[in-house]
Amino acid sequence: MIRYTLKRFLSLCISLAVASLLIFFVIEIAPGDPASFMLGINAQPDTVAALRAELGLDIPKLERYLAWTQGMLTGDFGMSYTYRTPVSQMVADRLWVSLPLALFALALSTLIALPAGIYAAARRGQTGDVAVMSATQLGVAIPNFWFAMMLVLIFAIKLRWFAGGGFAGWDKGLGAVMWSLTLPAISLALPQAAILARVMRSALLDVMNEDFMRTARAKGLTTTQTLWKHGLRNALIPVLTIIGLQFSFLLAGGIIIEQVFYLPGLGRLVFQAISARDLIVVESVVMLLVFAVIVVNFAVDLAYAAVDPRLRART
Amino acid sequence: MNRNLIIGLILSAIAILAALMSFIWTPFDHVAMNIPAKLQTPNLTHWFGTDHFGRDIFSMIMVGARTSIAVAFVAVGIGMGLGIPLGLWAAARKGSYIDELIMRANDLIFAFPSLVIAILITAIFGAGAVNAIIAIGIFNIPVFARVVRGAAMPIWEREFILAARVAGKNAARISVEHILPNVLNLLIVQATIQFSLGILAEAALSYVGLGAQPPTPSWGRMLADAQTLVSIAPHLALIPGFAIIITVMGLNLMGDGLRDYLNPRTRVART
Repeated sequence: MIRYTLKRFLSLCISLAVASLLIFFVIEIAPGDPASFMLGINAQPDTVAALRAELGLDIPKLERYLAWTQGMLTGDFGMSYTYRTPVSQMVADRLWVSLPLALFALALSTLIALPAGIYAAARRGQTGDVAVMSATQLGVAIPNFWFAMMLVLIFAIKLRWFAGGGFAGWDKGLGAVMWSLTLPAISLALPQAAILARVMRSALLDVMNEDFMRTARAKGLTTTQTLWKHGLRNALIPVLTIIGLQFSFLLAGGIIIEQVFYLPGLGRLVFQAISARDLIVVESVVMLLVFAVIVVNFAVDLAYAAVDPRLRART
Repeated sequence: MNRNLIIGLILSAIAILAALMSFIWTPFDHVAMNIPAKLQTPNLTHWFGTDHFGRDIFSMIMVGARTSIAVAFVAVGIGMGLGIPLGLWAAARKGSYIDELIMRANDLIFAFPSLVIAILITAIFGAGAVNAIIAIGIFNIPVFARVVRGAAMPIWEREFILAARVAGKNAARISVEHILPNVLNLLIVQATIQFSLGILAEAALSYVGLGAQPPTPSWGRMLADAQTLVSIAPHLALIPGFAIIITVMGLNLMGDGLRDYLNPRTRVART
């Protein structure tokens, strides 16, 4: 297990290094100099040069890359070009919106999907199964931002149960925060729940065909007992993998939902930064999202190997 | 043919026909404004109503289908065009450094959610349908490479491949002549799924302003325009939403149906 972990860790480090190189240099070739953009078209060349020097844009690219990555490792993401505040501070502030949203959505998706998937598998081929599967078919086809608009229309505009957008702020307390994130989380969770329910159902159906399930039935357990005691435990492995992968997707997918609900999260930050050519902010947020995906994948791989020793042996 | 396949084909055909039809006929000019007729609910003249500029929504939906389908179609083409050769190559050189390199590069692309790729591309080249295609297309490459590699590897162990080798065929020729036809079914199913994901991705990108730019109509942008008007004219949001759902659901059902139909085992089991 130690060898496997080290090998995967090495691969994680390489992936992160290549990703950071890619992000930095791809963004650096972007047309449009941030300094000239900030000063407008009437700026004098020497003013632009002075601002470039102030922002550190006159330093060679490779040096800037090294400084950026070293800074990232110590939590210093550099200084925003437009706001002149540390990027790490801006990102941290926004994470307090985006992270709870992703976690809330993940919890909702899991809470909806697992019972639905188990129910469908237990009633394979019957009306309940068909109903759940049709609902998931619809769930994966609905764009989450459209669903979000519909939720706003019904629950914010017509019924007035929720606000149509905005974030309550942590100073108002956890309850208010959760309340303002409820509609965004539901809209983010729905398509994921549909995917997860399908995975749960098919994983459980696969396990139900195994010999040990027949043995469990043969020794006198009821169908429900077999399902809970033996089926579920084995079927959960692929399901946990998908749940892990969904987290990073929810973090990135939140970018769009934040637009619908005017939430001050990472998504809005990155869109504002793009239009202001605040490249260092764009680089840092994109790197953070990619970091989340790579690290979650690493954790999922390790968890998988811990549960299934055959995987360790194979690599 | 199974039920999923038939329903899927019908729903997808509606979207594709609407897109094709829009080249020769739409009930109204999709960009023509008619302010006195603005925000009409569906009626006999304007079947899907009108928007805040008095433009005919039915015509916009038809032309929007063109954008959605074209973007998703080309993006799938990019994914297949690059992903299939890479996957075949990786499978043919299984375990070699080429295989490792291709698969690690794939992992890396997977780490960038398609939306993040789109944001990066937009940050560099600006928003537009072409950049949306590239963003979605790049994300499709590892999907196809993986599917092909996974399906091709067991085929390489089969006896008819050994026979082809003995006959003097090289790896590239075997990949094209023997491996590819055997993984084609899987690829068709995957292409359908990626096509539907492409429609959703295009809508999302257009919604946040990173996709097709005005005056090119797109379902995603129609939804973005509808957002501020949704309380007074819900049909502005409902209709493009239904258009997306019907198309995506049609493609998904078609994918499921094709998987069963093209798999001889499930087909025999049914009959």
